[in-house]
Amino acid sequence: MEEELNKNQKNSRRQFIKKGLIAGAGVAVGSGLIAAYVDSTAAETGEKVKVLTTGGEIMEVDRGLLKLPRVSREESHKGIPGRKFVMVIDLGKCKNARKCVQACQKGHHLPKSQEFMKVYLLQDSEKTAPYWFPKPCFHCDNPLCVSVCPVGATFKRSDGIVLIDNERCIGCKFCMTGCPYSTRVFAWKHYPEFDVDKEPYSPEASSPGKEGTVSKCDFCPDLIRVGKIPYCASACPMGVIYFGDVDEDTVTNGTETFQFSQLIHDRAGYRYLETLGTRPCVYYLPPVDRQFEVDRGFGDLDENIKERYKDTPYSKKNKP
Amino acid sequence: MELQQKNPLKEFAPQLERTSIQGYAWILFLLMVIGVGVYAFLQQVIHGHEVTGMRDNVVWGVYIVNFIFFMGVSYAGALISGTLHLFKTAWRKPIIRMAEFITIIALLIGPCFILLCIGRLDKLHYLVIFGRIQSPITWDVIAISTDIFGCFIFLYLSLLRDLATLRDYELLQLPNWRKKIYKALALGYTGTPEQQERLNRATDIMAAMVIAIAIIVYSVLAWIFSVTLQPGWHSTIFGPYFVIAAVYSGSAVLILCMWVFRKVYHLEEYITKKHFVSVGVIMLVLAAFFGYFTFSDYLTKWYGSEKNDELLIQLLFKKFYWPFIISNYVGVLLPLLVVGIAKFRTITNITLTSIVVVIALWLNRYIIVVPTLESPYLPIQDSRPEWLNYSATWVEWSLTATGVAVFCLLFTLASKFINIVPVTGLQKEEKKEDILV
Repeated sequence: MEEELNKNQKNSRRQFIKKGLIAGAGVAVGSGLIAAYVDSTAAETGEKVKVLTTGGEIMEVDRGLLKLPRVSREESHKGIPGRKFVMVIDLGKCKNARKCVQACQKGHHLPKSQEFMKVYLLQDSEKTAPYWFPKPCFHCDNPLCVSVCPVGATFKRSDGIVLIDNERCIGCKFCMTGCPYSTRVFAWKHYPEFDVDKEPYSPEASSPGKEGTVSKCDFCPDLIRVGKIPYCASACPMGVIYFGDVDEDTVTNGTETFQFSQLIHDRAGYRYLETLGTRPCVYYLPPVDRQFEVDRGFGDLDENIKERYKDTPYSKKNKP
Repeated sequence: MELQQKNPLKEFAPQLERTSIQGYAWILFLLMVIGVGVYAFLQQVIHGHEVTGMRDNVVWGVYIVNFIFFMGVSYAGALISGTLHLFKTAWRKPIIRMAEFITIIALLIGPCFILLCIGRLDKLHYLVIFGRIQSPITWDVIAISTDIFGCFIFLYLSLLRDLATLRDYELLQLPNWRKKIYKALALGYTGTPEQQERLNRATDIMAAMVIAIAIIVYSVLAWIFSVTLQPGWHSTIFGPYFVIAAVYSGSAVLILCMWVFRKVYHLEEYITKKHFVSVGVIMLVLAAFFGYFTFSDYLTKWYGSEKNDELLIQLLFKKFYWPFIISNYVGVLLPLLVVGIAKFRTITNITLTSIVVVIALWLNRYIIVVPTLESPYLPIQDSRPEWLNYSATWVEWSLTATGVAVFCLLFTLASKFINIVPVTGLQKEEKKEDILV
């Protein structure tokens, strides 16, 4: 059994690297279930995406025709066999373009007030450098949110993903106080965006949202199942966000693929607030060799987004 | 036997038989407050939790504060009456029933506030069907339901003798259905030596049990906060701290109830200054303990000054300055001065102090819950004011008022159903000077 699993993993790694090389921009990590379902009744958007067919070939399909398969609630509690997902965020490249936030909100049919991905302007202390800090859910290996849930509505899967089953969630919000990273969001009312999604609910899609329940970044397992990387990772114009598999030891942002362990080793990757003992599955690369000045992050933002950062020590110091 | 002694019920019967116009006006007023609360609740159900001041950072607000507060108040009976019973304190008799009523009524209201906080009340039964024992909320569900059950039994046992007295009191001018209820509830108790012995033993056991259960309930409540990693909550002292704060608030509410019933039902002969001073001294001791725990908790946070603890303390001394001063300075020092210094030790002063203590302890829970949620590890970066700062909306205040109104209403009705001062074995207070009085 174990041998078989190892063999599968080896195979999949080889396959993955091969496909990763072929696939190139914008496509597909991973292996296993690679299938895109095409919905011929949907409207075309004109935007083409590359997908891998089950036969391993690359195909261009209109994004509007692409329909992600949704697994059942039971299935979504289990996790994708033989996988262990990880994310690496390169703080040196982030300029707060917020494309990750927008793509995530669109993909999960979220209202503007709910952000699974948040971008903070952090400065560890007065003399240290400020930097932009995109923060998804850390999918901790020791998740307090999962421990405190009274009904098992949030759970840790075999592939490392911490997911929420909104049909189980009673909305007690204990997980929100349990999470030390302010990751979780609550549906304070029924948002009209929830009605956009006509597909049946699946925890893997975190959509359609449900009033009075908690949701959060889900690492997009529905995209992973069709061999794609999460919305945030593929949307980032700077390639800040890498997604991959610890066991395959590979992460990619869609254009570049790295050996995970080597990347963390070479670039001194770290996990945020390691001292809390939550063992996150999201790693950060320190904000060194910056590609952009921090101020570039204020560039094209809406006023209300700019306002978010007005009370940060950095903004206060730079006030005219 | 004891029931054939001169029947003191004669004096208390009018309370049960008649309700004055003021009494009806009072009940009507309470019903109106409750009516507004029902409307507020419907708003919350229809429009979602957006009608509250809670948002993604401060996910628990005034509702949880009220939950902790009422659970704390319920301690009055559990610990105070339980302990007084076990120590066979002679002066406890006229006030013990009030304490037990406080317990059970507060215990029924408290959990309702946690329900107001729950996003999906339609799925509440999942707590039982899918309950996970690893979650402190499950501990809480088990502990609170056990507590309600235990306190009901304890209350019932202590009512039994009086129910029998009411059943046997022929001059009672009450409709027949009410007499039938007394008869049914009295369970055929006639006061034979065997019955008395059994009843005494059962009450002793329940008194001890209720104390133990109450300590567990309140510790579990504290652990809901302290098991998380949040700055200010993640503290080992929280269990005992919450227990002490709870009994402290319970003792203050007991004094308020004593004052109200003494005035309304003219119980001056039974509830004397001695009772106020005695419960006042209990309150004083608890105030000292409460102050000590508070000081320990904040001293260690401030002295070691971990970054997030420091931010929290800054917040407490700036934005929450007055609630902090009232709850942790005034709320501690006032009982020490008023009850501690003989000159100030009057019924009015002790009662006024109790009002301050009740407010202080409500604020104490507020500054435990809200500031921590407003200062998470990752700074809140938001442009929406309601996301940055919590402030309760009219819906939350209205439902808070409803909680208090339901408490008063149930207490009023209870005092109409059974005499608020137990008649069995009651003696009028002798005019004997106490050292403290």
